[in-house]
Amino acid sequence: MSTAEIIARCEALYDDLDFTASRQWKEADPDRKVIAYMPVYVPREIIHAAGMLPLGIMGGGDQLEVIHGDAYYQSYICRIPRSTIELGLSKRMDFVDGMLFPSICDVIRNLSGMWKLMFPGKYVRYFDVPQNYRDDVGGNYYVNELNELREGLEELSGRKITDDALRASIEVYNENRQLAMDVYAMRSREPWKVPSADVYLLMRAGLVLPVEEHNQMLRDYLAAAEKVDAPKRDNCRVVINGSFCEQPPLNLIKSIELSGCYIVDDDYMLVHRWLQKPVSTSGDPMENLALAFLHESASTAAKYDTQEEDKGMFLLEQVRKNAAEGVIFAAPSFCDPALLERPMLADRCSEHNVPYISFKYAENSGQMQPIREQAGTFADSIKLWS
Amino acid sequence: MNTKVDTEVIKEPSMLKQKDMIAGNYDRLTSTRESGEKIVSTFVPGNLNELIMCFDMVNNLPETNAIQNGLRKQSGAMIMDAEKSGHSEDVCTYVKADIGMMGRGNIAPNGKPMPAPDMLLLSYTGCFTFMKWFELLRHEYKCPTVMLQIPYQGDGKITKNMRDFVVKQLKEEVIPMFEQVSGVKFDIDRLREYLKNSAKAEDDLVWVLESGKNKPSPIDAYFGGVYYIGPIFTAFRGTEDAVEYYGLLRKEVEERLAAGKGPITPEGDLQGEKYRLVVEGPPNWTSFREFWKLFYDEGAVVVASSYTKVGGLYDQGFRHDPNDPLGTLADYCLGCYTNNNLPQRVELLEKYINDYQADGLLINSIKSCNSFSAGQLLMMREIEKRTGKPAAFIETDLVDPRYFSHANVKNRLESYFQMIDQKRSGASLAAA
Ligand code: SF4
Ligand code: SF4
Repeated sequence: MSTAEIIARCEALYDDLDFTASRQWKEADPDRKVIAYMPVYVPREIIHAAGMLPLGIMGGGDQLEVIHGDAYYQSYICRIPRSTIELGLSKRMDFVDGMLFPSICDVIRNLSGMWKLMFPGKYVRYFDVPQNYRDDVGGNYYVNELNELREGLEELSGRKITDDALRASIEVYNENRQLAMDVYAMRSREPWKVPSADVYLLMRAGLVLPVEEHNQMLRDYLAAAEKVDAPKRDNCRVVINGSFCEQPPLNLIKSIELSGCYIVDDDYMLVHRWLQKPVSTSGDPMENLALAFLHESASTAAKYDTQEEDKGMFLLEQVRKNAAEGVIFAAPSFCDPALLERPMLADRCSEHNVPYISFKYAENSGQMQPIREQAGTFADSIKLWS
Repeated sequence: MNTKVDTEVIKEPSMLKQKDMIAGNYDRLTSTRESGEKIVSTFVPGNLNELIMCFDMVNNLPETNAIQNGLRKQSGAMIMDAEKSGHSEDVCTYVKADIGMMGRGNIAPNGKPMPAPDMLLLSYTGCFTFMKWFELLRHEYKCPTVMLQIPYQGDGKITKNMRDFVVKQLKEEVIPMFEQVSGVKFDIDRLREYLKNSAKAEDDLVWVLESGKNKPSPIDAYFGGVYYIGPIFTAFRGTEDAVEYYGLLRKEVEERLAAGKGPITPEGDLQGEKYRLVVEGPPNWTSFREFWKLFYDEGAVVVASSYTKVGGLYDQGFRHDPNDPLGTLADYCLGCYTNNNLPQRVELLEKYINDYQADGLLINSIKSCNSFSAGQLLMMREIEKRTGKPAAFIETDLVDPRYFSHANVKNRLESYFQMIDQKRSGASLAAA
């Protein structure tokens, strides 16, 4: 299969706001259940070990007409909760049995309560994570939270989630993480062969497909991409930061690349690469997931940095590791976490002479011209001064 | 229509007492370099004043500084300063007012500069922004910072795991940092004594808040309420001063009640209560007086509000318990209003409408505050559905004057009061 064929399939999945692939998975067996989750991270292993399909919901994108959702939100709140409500009210998620709302900001937090009120009878869980990274403090708390999630899913499915099943799921997600990282590494090495829109769509596919299928897709893509013969452009190399929740339209990602910037790392859909190292498959699986969260997880604005010195270090490391020449802070409008974090990250960049630009978007932004111009000027200035 | 009778505005003893208390705390804060006392900054929800006192530290609350600057109409310029220095126009204006204040020398209301805090106690209670706010302050001050994570009541209950987690953080993170910064050893018996004072003051506060159930209400539980919660939500809970303040306040309200008086307004006593409202959301501070006037001019009295619960839901039974000092601090933090989930918030407002025989719900939706605001439109619908009472929605901001439109708010309120009138005449027609 060629990369184009694989990406065509991903694009069809991305465009499908009825989640047909996930529906079909569920329809194949009356016992199957689907658990949706929102950004930025949930331990999908637990859902998988329960025999359920984790389904990532990233809002409605730029193709969804939001008819009802706007009536639930003031103009100064970001767009992802309104389009998510639209997906719910328009019955596009009627096959979903439960939904997890990770602790990422007050909008998603409150959406968990709204979901309870609007969709009574569904399994709804606010998924809390520790902001204290000591094993015996935040770690203990988190292990218990994971076990509560486990019990909730057991109740929903009527069957026990065994430790062995969890270990097997961790294994398959370790593979998924590795493959996702391989795709990212390949793009970083040879961005002309692996366009960012491809990487993006591949990761989006991982939100709706069973993980085994996604693993195969990533393997196929990696193999096919090796054979791609594309010209290397004189683009500059940038890291995208701030796009971890509401997603930019695909056109925005393409525009950045078209304007002369190779995206060599980003924080879109961090769930695939949240745990940065393989999770141990021996011993207590919940503890292993917790330890990986505490000590090996990626960084976003939704996480507390225990030390002032740590602030921005993850981003700087992304820059260093990927030999990036600049950072693009691209945050959704009204996104408190990303926008409050930005001045601190920008200071770190300045301290380390990493150039950056900033802009805001919405998932349904239509006008790409200003962004293209801004990114183009940024690329030119980097090339000029480097 | 003006329903109020002008009387001479007399400052009641409780008001004078509170004024002295606040001034005293600012004087203490601004003279720490001479006195050698240490400052800890923290937030109103999840404010651990009793614990802070155990270490002889002075409590500084950036939210109340922002409010002071809002009331003095200085916050607008501070916010613009912060935006000019790279802070987004989209984020909470308390944060920007605070950062802008810092840029202008951190001048306290007494005109003196406030020294930098010696420690930040990031009590992460009911608001995501708190976390970023204190990371931003730490970025500037580079001072010791301790995070106390308060899990959100996602399922509308406090679990053992949540409580244990908070207690453990208090023991292993918060108290050791206090000891280190202050040089004072933690004494749990001292904490117990402060907690006893807290509970006493809380009893009187609850009595005052619940006096709103009377008809007419002797208090305004929003515009007046923000003053009543002042001491207990800030640097005074646990002090003898707070006990005294709430004793005085209760006595004054008892007298008003006995005399059949309405609430105090800036223009005298309100007579002829016409509308009884429950209000959800914080007030606007930059035009606080004008905002209030739009209510009392129409004879509208707020009989219960959710904002007066951000620093504790005492009226729902919570009291600080000296027998379980750390556990009670955990319960307190976990139970603050914005740490409750949306269904709990809806239930509470519904209960207020029924218990306080209110005519309806008014939501003041604050642009800055996702913690309060996200979901309020659904809350409004739910309340209307459950109570059959009309609800209305206005939009303002806390301390950013650009988001207070007097004309819009006035129009909205006028039509809301008409709606209540219609509802009433409909009800009386139906009864006839
Ligand atoms: S885009 Fe930002 S503010 Fe909106 S839900 Fe996501 S994290 Fe929260
Ligand atoms: S977001 Fe709301 S609760 Fe949080 S600091 Fe701002 S005003 Fe306060």
